[in-house]
Amino acid sequence: MLWRALTVVLCALATLPALARPLGFDDARHLLNRTGFAANTPEIREFAQLTREAAVARLLGWTDRPPATAAPDWTQAPYEPPQRPALMSDAERKEYQRRLVSEGRDLKMWWMAEMLTTITPLTEKMVLFWHNHFTSSLRKVRMPQLMYRQHMTLRRHALGNFRELLQAMARDPAMLIYLDGAASRKGQPNENFARELMELFTLGEGRYSEQDVKEAARAFTGWSIDRDTGEFLFRPALHDDGVKTVLGISGPHDGNAVLGILLARPETAEFIVAKLWREFVSTEPDVAEVRRIAGVFRSSAYDIRAALRELLTADAFYAPRYRGNLVKSPVDLVVGTLRQFRMAVADPLPYVLTVGRLGQDLFAPPNVKGWPGGEAWINATTLLSRRQFLENVFRGSESEPAMQRVVMAGNARGGPMSDLQFDDVAWFRQFDGSQGDDWQRVVFATRPVTVVPGRNLAALRLAVQDAAYQLK
Amino acid sequence: MNRREFLATAGAATVSVAWGVSPAQAATGYGNVLVMVELQGGNDGLNTIIPFADPAYYALRPQLAIPREQVLALDAATGLHPALQPLLALWQAGELAIVQGVGYPDANLSHFRSIEIWDTASRSNEYLQDGWLARSFKASPAPREYAADGVVVGSGAMGPFAGGARAVAITNTEQFLRQARFAQPAATAAGGGALAHILKVEREVAQAAAGLSTGHNFSTVFPAGAFGNAVRTAAQVIAAQSGVAAVKISLGGFDTHRGQLVTHARLLQELAGGLVALKAALLELRRWDTALVMTYSEFGRRAAQNSSGGTDHGTAGAHFAMGGRVRGGWYGKPPELNRLDRNGNLAHAVDFRDLYATVLGGWWGVSSEQALGGRFQPVGFVRA
Repeated sequence: MLWRALTVVLCALATLPALARPLGFDDARHLLNRTGFAANTPEIREFAQLTREAAVARLLGWTDRPPATAAPDWTQAPYEPPQRPALMSDAERKEYQRRLVSEGRDLKMWWMAEMLTTITPLTEKMVLFWHNHFTSSLRKVRMPQLMYRQHMTLRRHALGNFRELLQAMARDPAMLIYLDGAASRKGQPNENFARELMELFTLGEGRYSEQDVKEAARAFTGWSIDRDTGEFLFRPALHDDGVKTVLGISGPHDGNAVLGILLARPETAEFIVAKLWREFVSTEPDVAEVRRIAGVFRSSAYDIRAALRELLTADAFYAPRYRGNLVKSPVDLVVGTLRQFRMAVADPLPYVLTVGRLGQDLFAPPNVKGWPGGEAWINATTLLSRRQFLENVFRGSESEPAMQRVVMAGNARGGPMSDLQFDDVAWFRQFDGSQGDDWQRVVFATRPVTVVPGRNLAALRLAVQDAAYQLK
Repeated sequence: MNRREFLATAGAATVSVAWGVSPAQAATGYGNVLVMVELQGGNDGLNTIIPFADPAYYALRPQLAIPREQVLALDAATGLHPALQPLLALWQAGELAIVQGVGYPDANLSHFRSIEIWDTASRSNEYLQDGWLARSFKASPAPREYAADGVVVGSGAMGPFAGGARAVAITNTEQFLRQARFAQPAATAAGGGALAHILKVEREVAQAAAGLSTGHNFSTVFPAGAFGNAVRTAAQVIAAQSGVAAVKISLGGFDTHRGQLVTHARLLQELAGGLVALKAALLELRRWDTALVMTYSEFGRRAAQNSSGGTDHGTAGAHFAMGGRVRGGWYGKPPELNRLDRNGNLAHAVDFRDLYATVLGGWWGVSSEQALGGRFQPVGFVRA
């Protein structure tokens, strides 16, 4: 007991200086770039004055607000049940398809616009994090309205409570379609949701048996959707109320009981924290640190802010070995670049298409495991496409062929890239009075591979083509 | 002697005759190209290669079984899904091998873990980083002048090439070459990690771009759609003057938990159309005799249907190998539907690493033991 108390005191003493000190420029940049999209000098300087605790508290404090961008009009209209293609004429079917595609695109554009302008980038990062955790895709769900509702549920809980988020996702209609839960019934349960629930949403692979999957699938039978409203509907007649044994615990479990069993396991908190670590710190989680933070997460009854606060104030987060070691996701690269260089965007569509081409099609992750991320973001094709995007954003009015095609296809939105006027003189003004190449401390997370001389547009164009620019 | 045994024996007897091919063609080595076709999501082997004479098949799948009269019978007991009709000609020409019961011990039913096991050729309880082809190329490198060890068409996941191989992922060759000017002169990173990875990709892009021609105009008509495009790109890559040892293409959507009948038929139709076009293109290039095309998938599906008109994740499945020097016929063992495990899954008869050993030893003539972490028995479908 005494030993433990001593350790606590010693730890407190050891960490006190780092916590009490102001962050300084480089730590502030690191924090802002990992939790947001490419900060500029004024913001970095402001955060540089704060202690870790204060800086993280400020970031977390900003997260409690709804999106500032208005959602597409049709999201407020009454729910329209999916139509049956068999009952439609060819023309009607075509028109219906066209509308679903166009509404799906509305959603992507809406989210992109919000990411480009939000004052709380951490909120968007966490919504994207959960979208990549509790995955669903427009390609299978098909109904944009249900994807919108799921997105709003993710948003509501993104920095809230993981228990509530998990419970909401288990009964989320888009999820019930995506993982086939809606059609699962007593006697012949569909295992898809139960398996991914354990493998990808809570415990992690290898921490349950095949029998656990089968039993859990029985517990979720009858969790379905009301066809007319698109809302969750429990159908008692299809529910298997027999005794099931999940992870050694027997009882007439329903879905809630299974979620309770999974949340009671320490592996769940560790699995989520390890994933947060991969998002914010490095691709190789530090086992001891993950366990420690998971302990905090569990004892906070799964308060996501508590886990993030612990992670973002940990010494490990600021360790030199974790600087510039993560590959920017397509969203990081595209949104980050446009925000870094203060490029006003009138139409988000080109950037929706760009992140899709770079491998991160919003509302449409490749499969239930989500985007693999890390080094997998960069292969021959995506690296070249990233470079092309980076060249194009500095071209002023020139636009990419793909984007021209969209415009020519009758989408009268005006020249898509024409709004990208980069004012290099104004941009460099933030470095007035500082050293000649100080702008590189803002633009790069790690030393560039090739020396980039100068303090002008030409230097910037070279800089964004450097391999180091792909890192955060 | 049944048809299967006959075919196997007939094939074995022809080895010494050597079919009158020229020595260059008969040789093993990286002049032989491998085309891997990944069926993403877990293809349902039982509705691909159909045991139509087994009453248990119809009992397990009252709504999902393919009616006997629709099955394209290949012998008295087994046949192809009707959507695979284009493959019949290959079968009749003796250029299509069907390997039944491909899997591995202690099957993992997670998509991600199971494809990782296939990609890395690991045991069920073993976690390896590098792909099996990457390990093999490390031990037995492809010629330096090759544009790449491997090219992945479409999906960005490097799969069997992950880790060490000189491999690039491209969606189509023309676009790749157009954009390659954005690759920078080769630089080397001081440290390792993410930066080193990016620089490695840059070097590979530069080399592949130098070696991939897009000059070939095929008279082959490739099917419309993503898979047809992938096949066309694979053919373009193989047509390049500077060689590649392996190409991977993929067809996604096989995770048929629900409404399988329609989806699966469409996918198999795409697959068959693509494979037939690939053969035509390879014939045009005079590469049919030096090409081996193989399908793979993370697992087969549950023997019984589920309540949503689909099938859940299973274990063993059937796979195809085709090529001008493939000894067509049956390999492996037909599914034993009366001997399912306690989860209702099939036992496997052929280890997937036996297929890999066939490629490494029989097709390329390189040692397979190190790359596969053990000695595996080649399946005899490659003619010398």
